[in-house]
Amino acid sequence: MIRAMMVINNQGKPRLAKFYNYTPVEQQQQLIRSIYSVLCLQPENVSNFIEGGSLLGPDSRLVYKLFATLYFVFVFDSSENELAMFDLIQVYVETLEKCFSNVCELDIVLNYGKMHTILDEMILGGQVVETNSQNIIKAVEEISKLEKITAATKLISKSTSLLWG
Amino acid sequence: MSGGSGGGGGGPSLMDSLFQRTLDDLIKGIRLHTPGAAQSSFISKSVDEIRREIKSTDLQTKSTALQKLTYLHSLHGFDMSWAAFHAVELTSSPSFAHKKTGYLAASLSFRPSTEVLLLLTNQLRKDLSSTNQHEVSLALECLSVICTADFARDLTPDIFTLLTSSKNFIRKKSIACLLMIFSQYPDAVRVCFKRLVENLESTDNAQTLAATVGVFCELASKEPRTYLPLAPEFYRILVDSRNNWVLIKVLKIFAKLAKLEPRLAKKVVEPICDHMKRSEAKSLVFECVRTIVSSFYEYEFAVKLAVSKIKEFLLDTDLNLKYLGLQGLLLVAPNHLWAVLENKEVVIKSLSDVDRNIRLEALRLVMSMVSDDNVIEICRVLIGYALKSDPEFCNEILRSMLSTCSRNVYEIINDFDWYVSLLGEMARIPHCQNGEEIEYQLIDIGMRVKDVRPELVRVARDLLIDPALLGNPFIHRILSAAAWVSGEYVWFSKNPFEIMEALLQPRANLLSPSIRALYIHSAFKVLSFCLHSFLLPHKPATSSSKLVDEPDFTYSESEEETDVDLATTSSSLSKKNAFTQESIVNMLILVLTSLSPLAGSHDVEIQERVRNVLGLAQLAQEEISCDLDNKEKIIDGVALKTSILIRLINDALSEDLGPVSLSAQERVPIPDGLLLEDNLGKLDTICADVELPISESFSLVKPVLTDVDSVSIRQNEESSETSAAESTSLLSEHRKRHGIFYLPSDNNQNASTSFPPANDPNERDNDVEDLVRLTEESLVLKRKSNLSRPRPVVVKLDEGDRLPITRAKTESNDDLISGAVRDVLLGNENSPPPAAPHSKVEKSEIGDSSRRKSKHRKEKKHQNVEESKQKSGGRHGRHKARQRADEGINVAVQIQKPVIPDFLL
Repeated sequence: MIRAMMVINNQGKPRLAKFYNYTPVEQQQQLIRSIYSVLCLQPENVSNFIEGGSLLGPDSRLVYKLFATLYFVFVFDSSENELAMFDLIQVYVETLEKCFSNVCELDIVLNYGKMHTILDEMILGGQVVETNSQNIIKAVEEISKLEKITAATKLISKSTSLLWG
Repeated sequence: MSGGSGGGGGGPSLMDSLFQRTLDDLIKGIRLHTPGAAQSSFISKSVDEIRREIKSTDLQTKSTALQKLTYLHSLHGFDMSWAAFHAVELTSSPSFAHKKTGYLAASLSFRPSTEVLLLLTNQLRKDLSSTNQHEVSLALECLSVICTADFARDLTPDIFTLLTSSKNFIRKKSIACLLMIFSQYPDAVRVCFKRLVENLESTDNAQTLAATVGVFCELASKEPRTYLPLAPEFYRILVDSRNNWVLIKVLKIFAKLAKLEPRLAKKVVEPICDHMKRSEAKSLVFECVRTIVSSFYEYEFAVKLAVSKIKEFLLDTDLNLKYLGLQGLLLVAPNHLWAVLENKEVVIKSLSDVDRNIRLEALRLVMSMVSDDNVIEICRVLIGYALKSDPEFCNEILRSMLSTCSRNVYEIINDFDWYVSLLGEMARIPHCQNGEEIEYQLIDIGMRVKDVRPELVRVARDLLIDPALLGNPFIHRILSAAAWVSGEYVWFSKNPFEIMEALLQPRANLLSPSIRALYIHSAFKVLSFCLHSFLLPHKPATSSSKLVDEPDFTYSESEEETDVDLATTSSSLSKKNAFTQESIVNMLILVLTSLSPLAGSHDVEIQERVRNVLGLAQLAQEEISCDLDNKEKIIDGVALKTSILIRLINDALSEDLGPVSLSAQERVPIPDGLLLEDNLGKLDTICADVELPISESFSLVKPVLTDVDSVSIRQNEESSETSAAESTSLLSEHRKRHGIFYLPSDNNQNASTSFPPANDPNERDNDVEDLVRLTEESLVLKRKSNLSRPRPVVVKLDEGDRLPITRAKTESNDDLISGAVRDVLLGNENSPPPAAPHSKVEKSEIGDSSRRKSKHRKEKKHQNVEESKQKSGGRHGRHKARQRADEGINVAVQIQKPVIPDFLL
């Protein structure tokens, strides 16, 4: 299964972190730091896999890809295929690209909720549930529509209540 | 409404609600403040705000506050356990956005110990049955992360319903969620398993199928045997599906199942090869390769195809593919070494790749190629790479070499002279940090391999006399071994005076006290040897016979050895090194001047050793220098006090130390009257009686007892033919046992001729050396069998370690899960009589679909089909199950027993 997904910028700041097994947040921070300390030492033009061993415990490996200033990282075990995980990063980034057109780190920073929404459409409980970015976008759009509707009506009711209440 | 509460009591004010910072504001604010004090004070101010806002009765305010808090929690590590209740509250909001915020907060922050956890149960249940698929999805996502046994138990019925949802969007997510449910609450298997199996039929939606197969892949990785009956289902998917995600998972399942059911392999190999040939997707191709080489390696054609694919990977410019290619090759290596040899060039070149991963894989592969034929060549290449590499990889190389060469008691080393000088060479590599291992091996080889001692002493000398080496603390351990070797085997030394100088050189004060003490003790041995040679030059035989006379030391092997050693030694020395009186006197002066200052050392060990040496030196100096004029008298002066003393010391020191088998202790017969079980209450009185030397002689006795084999073989040696036969048989046995370490080369099929070292001119010596090695191996045979588990790690690291670990980790629940699965299977299996008529009744239903499917299924599989289908049958999709079961029944009888005996009670 997929154990965790994270997005870390090139200064070691996490932008997204999702762990599929319960992991206390202190441990999450610790893991993110140690993963970053390995990633930032990786020279350019090397393979994108890292054996988890000492870093992440037995039977775990890590695949990452650097897009501009951001490392996209998947941690997974032997039930997953390395190249498929690599593709999954691609799918995720593709989806981001389609959602934000010309995505940059700022988009990702400011759309924390949406990042989770997209990820949750792809992976549930450590299992891949969707790999088609069209389908993902469709679901994400439906969700944001739902959010907006209710948010808009809320806003109206709130302002009216302020006016009249 | 919200404004009414005013500012007091920590509640949010109207202003707070109206001008509440949104998550965006918070993020921008954090970015505005420079990291450090300013930022953290901003954040803590924000947290204070959040604490007020979150109490708001206005859900929008609360939701925004929770959003901010979740962000700070997940990315900045702030505690939000105190806000758990607010998260639960928001999940019940009618607004989707609030609900989503609540669920996100819950799934990111709830822990199993969260108190309000169970308050969520009802809301989850409500949302799981919502008509809005995205609400269901939110609940499923949250559940998959925070699931506890209670949740799983309470919500299993709801998940069960969702498993047949008409919406694929829901179905795939509920399937993925099942894994968590099962692991928390194995009884859920009894409820949901049938529906899960039915979902294997969902050919209409690849993602649903992928999720289903994914769940089975996880389950099977823990307890594959349980899922063997489903093999026909998986086979159908393997043949029919064109979705790479699905196929990858199915391949992973088959990799596990094939090991349990050999006949499965025959069936599956071809479809796998088809995928390998046809697929464009590297991920799928690689999975095929991995499956073939790790689970179907007996199928020559499949392995050939896989290796050709590996070759493509290796030559690809994409480093990821190259890396995986090397990994694949490493998996092939244990069974098909030719594949590695075929790609030797790429592998060797990869050793200098910039990519650390690739270098490490290449190194592992190179080590897998090592055999007794090529070890010298490979090590030479590796040393070259080690010199060029960065410190980390350099040590990785050295470590691999050391562990490979010492495997199974230096099994692959024929030329120990070479190996010992290699160890010396390693010590001189600037980054070398493997001192401890080299130290161990130098001493170990010294004790195990007699013939190598002269070379060993030479190597040790070269290390000792180089003052530069003392400056590198990493190799102090090696120097300590060198010092020990030079002292212990000093009679092989061409120039003991030189060694004495080296041991006493001033820079030796850079060593740690324990190693320094070893240096001094070695100096003691050298000194006593020199004095002995000087005072009693012509009497090696006397000394050894003297030795034999001592009742404590009588054992045949040592007797012979000492004889041989002393004879050869003294002859070589008498030729090359005359111990003149002058040289001895100079040496004594050197000893006294350099060690006297240490006599007051604060380290007990050093002080003790120094005093020993000084005592001996002073004694000798008195007697030798006072008779400076009369050399004759001294040489004849066997009766001198010194001579007697020296002889005793030397006799004691020339005792040969041998390796001690780990099980040696067990083989010591318990003396009469010794009650090991007895209470140790009288220990004090016993200790008072026992003198220390007894324990020493005890340790000397041990080799006798362990040497029974070697003695018997030595007797055989008299008649060389029998010995040759014996060694051949031992060798062939050895080859049988460790076949993977031998090259499957055609040219040296006969092990017996290729085994003896090529460079040794003396055939008889060869035999002796072989025998010594073999006896030594037989000595440690017991240990070897104990260690045989960790040893193969070098060859197939990935495979060996993983299984036991995962199994151990999740044992309890896995057992429960597979137990439950088995029960589900048996539940249907227990009633074969009713099942059979049923299927007959519905025989008419057999339609096109079953025929289509049966094409892919060979007869042998039908038994499996029957079982799996019966189990999957249930209410839904039952007709298909029956069709297949029906077909199966006709043919299955003869296969029943062997296929899955577990399920045919």
